[in-house]
Amino acid sequence: MDGLIFLTCAFIAVACATNLVLQTHPISSAISLVGVMVSLAVLYLLLGGEFIGFAQLIVYAGAIMVLFVFVIMLLNAGAERQYKRSVWVTVLGVPLLFGFLGLVAYFIQSRVPATDTVKFGAWTGGSARDFGRVLFSTYLLPFEVTSILILIAIVGAIVLAQKEID
Amino acid sequence: MHQLWLIPVFPLAGFLINGLAGRRLSKTVTNVIAIGSVLLSFLWVVKTLMALGPLEEAYVEHYFNWISSGPLNIGFDFAVDRLTAVMLLVVTGIGSLIHIYAIGYMSHEGGYYRFFAYLNLFMFFMLTLVLGANFLVLFVGWEGVGLCSYLLIGFYFLKKSANDAGKKAFVVNRVGDFGFSLAMFLLFVHFGSLDFKTVFSKVAEMPQETSFGLLTGIGILLMVGAAGKSAQIPLYVWLPDAMEGPTPVSALIHAATMVTAGVYMVARSFVIYEHAPIAREIVAIIGLLTAVMAATIGMTQFDIKKVYAYSTVSQLGYMFLACGVGSYASGVYHIMTHAFFKALLFLGAGSVIHALSGEQDLRQMGGLRSKIPMTFLTLLCASLAIAGFPFTSGFMSKDAILLAVHEHSPLMFWIGVITSAMTAFYVWRALFLCFFGKERGHHHPHESPLVMLMPLGVLALLSLAGGYFNIPHWLEPIFGRPHEEHDTALVAVSVGAGLLGIFLAWLFYVVKPGIPDSIANALGSVYRLVYNKYLVDELYDATIVHPIRDGSTTVLWKGVDVGVIDGVANGVGTTARGIGGILRRMQSGNIRAYAAWVLAGAVLVLGAITVMGGAK
Amino acid sequence: MPATVPLAWFLILSAVLFSIGAAGFLLRRSILTVFMCIELMLNAVNLSFISFAHRWKAVDGHIFSFFVMVVAAAEAAVGLAIILTVFKNRNTLEIDEVSSLKL
Repeated sequence: MDGLIFLTCAFIAVACATNLVLQTHPISSAISLVGVMVSLAVLYLLLGGEFIGFAQLIVYAGAIMVLFVFVIMLLNAGAERQYKRSVWVTVLGVPLLFGFLGLVAYFIQSRVPATDTVKFGAWTGGSARDFGRVLFSTYLLPFEVTSILILIAIVGAIVLAQKEID
Repeated sequence: MHQLWLIPVFPLAGFLINGLAGRRLSKTVTNVIAIGSVLLSFLWVVKTLMALGPLEEAYVEHYFNWISSGPLNIGFDFAVDRLTAVMLLVVTGIGSLIHIYAIGYMSHEGGYYRFFAYLNLFMFFMLTLVLGANFLVLFVGWEGVGLCSYLLIGFYFLKKSANDAGKKAFVVNRVGDFGFSLAMFLLFVHFGSLDFKTVFSKVAEMPQETSFGLLTGIGILLMVGAAGKSAQIPLYVWLPDAMEGPTPVSALIHAATMVTAGVYMVARSFVIYEHAPIAREIVAIIGLLTAVMAATIGMTQFDIKKVYAYSTVSQLGYMFLACGVGSYASGVYHIMTHAFFKALLFLGAGSVIHALSGEQDLRQMGGLRSKIPMTFLTLLCASLAIAGFPFTSGFMSKDAILLAVHEHSPLMFWIGVITSAMTAFYVWRALFLCFFGKERGHHHPHESPLVMLMPLGVLALLSLAGGYFNIPHWLEPIFGRPHEEHDTALVAVSVGAGLLGIFLAWLFYVVKPGIPDSIANALGSVYRLVYNKYLVDELYDATIVHPIRDGSTTVLWKGVDVGVIDGVANGVGTTARGIGGILRRMQSGNIRAYAAWVLAGAVLVLGAITVMGGAK
Repeated sequence: MPATVPLAWFLILSAVLFSIGAAGFLLRRSILTVFMCIELMLNAVNLSFISFAHRWKAVDGHIFSFFVMVVAAAEAAVGLAIILTVFKNRNTLEIDEVSSLKL
């Protein structure tokens, strides 16, 4: 059962990612990205990351991608102009990519022992309670720092995007 | 302690005060300081000599350890013995007289305080040279007087010819100094010291060298140095050009004191020459050749100062001839008498030039006997002395030399006699052309002021009577050779030669003034060769000066400096720019290219980590 | 269908997603698409972290992933603001046109 979920989600994720890269219009790419994120959220749940899975859905897919879509609509971004891609890129690039990925796969397979397996429910330590406990004790400082970081980002974004004051 | 150091320090103080503050001092104050310092020095010399008594042995004062490096130990020492005493008296005495004369002569010139500052500096160095107790202190003075000579020859620095003459003097001197330095190196290597006492006592124990050996080499190299400083063949070419300087300079430096430094040095090193007969013979030959050559040139010159300059070269040749035949005492004797009459000749010439407002050409002079009688009388005394008129100082010293030469080699004696005839001839030629006959110039001559006439008078007295200071006898404890008995026949010959010269000059220039021109025309190209100083300057120019200059321009300047050094320096810059130009293509502004580089870098780092064993 | 999924598969998936993101990042011309590829890469890395957190039974991997998300958010905000400004000035969304910083 776990295997089925994994394969489905993996397939969706890879398909959406490929679609993201291959689509010309940015809005299509944005929707594909949302698809990737949703499938990844399911995988997180499979891995026992309750909090992080839902955080992914709420923050990433829900907020960041919405921001992306807003900007695309604001800019009225159109489809990319098609350039003549050279033959070499297609002939060399795709096999190279597959070869590279195959190599990586083999590499990972050989390094990770076969006994490491993932089973849904094998570990439940990723709950909100456990997550929060560690976040606010061991990782308090990074937490505070990132909040300042977000503050800076907000101020920066506002300053950058505001209308000129004449 | 007799405070020998005060002797040179008085003029040094004069130099410092006049040099640094002279611009703001009045002429009177400058005069007082300049002359006062030299006079003080002279008085101190007299006082010290009287206090030192008979001076059988040298009196040495050690001041401080100057160089102390490994085996080389040189102290700054001054020493006085009888030879030094003669030189000290001549330098300070004649120096004082010339300083007094210069007040009058330079009164209308610019750069007044600078002139006296340089003169005082020269006195300081000359006295250091004479007082030095080792070769290095002597060399300090040697170089210093060379420097002052350059400064004073080029005193009228706005004239190109003066600048060139100064440079020529300095460069030619340097060639001589090179020989001197080599001699000092040899001395140090073989004797471990440069101190006179040490070296000479060690040399005295060595056997006489019959073939070319160490002492001969040292003797020849010392002679090279002396030839540079005392204007002998082949390094005499600077002295006639040095007449560009003011006349007091010509009198003091290029007649009485600096040019005798070479003779002094040879006389001081007589022990070396006694043990190296070959070197001594070379000294004699050089002296004789120079004497003859300069005398022949002097007979043809028309510039009064040039005549006396060649006369100086010729007389210095006599001094070296004396040393070369072993009669060092008579060489030193001639230094003294030559200082008297040659300084007088130059100062007198200066008086004539001053009277004629700058005219130096003998052909523009004439009939001045009645106009400037005092000058005429003093120059007459000097001309008598240099011609060897009986019982003048010049007669005494020249006779001493010629007698010693005859003992050594009769051939040299006869050549010397002929040269003394020529000497008398050209000096009296100058006298007759200047003071006799009809007035050829267009000037209004006026007699010189008293301040200039007084030194002339004193020197005239010394020229006539100065021979009675029996120097050779007094210098016996040092040089050890007994002075010659008077051989009346030889004396008569030399006197006769002098009188013949005077007579011929009278004949050619007073009785029948047309003769010299006809002789000159008859001799044609020979005359022209002699008139052009045997083209020696042109020869040096072609063989040495031009090749060096052109070689330096093409090879060193254009080749090495511009080509190699500038090339390297510029090349570094060009290379840096080239590499930068290549590297800057990475900055294409193309963001995707940057992204690609980032990815490539990341892959590289990962690869490196993997290769090195992976992250732990 | 295996009942348990080998950990290696998760890692391989992460690698694949990362590579796709990298390829897109290099090959696409629109700024926005490039940005989205960056987000894809970040997600791939998150997956890797979570997988290892499961392997080692430690929640620190989740925390790290959480911080990655926070930073990604901040970065997205500022980056999009910059894109807006660039668009305002140059009226183009192609990164090849934004090349005036060349030497």
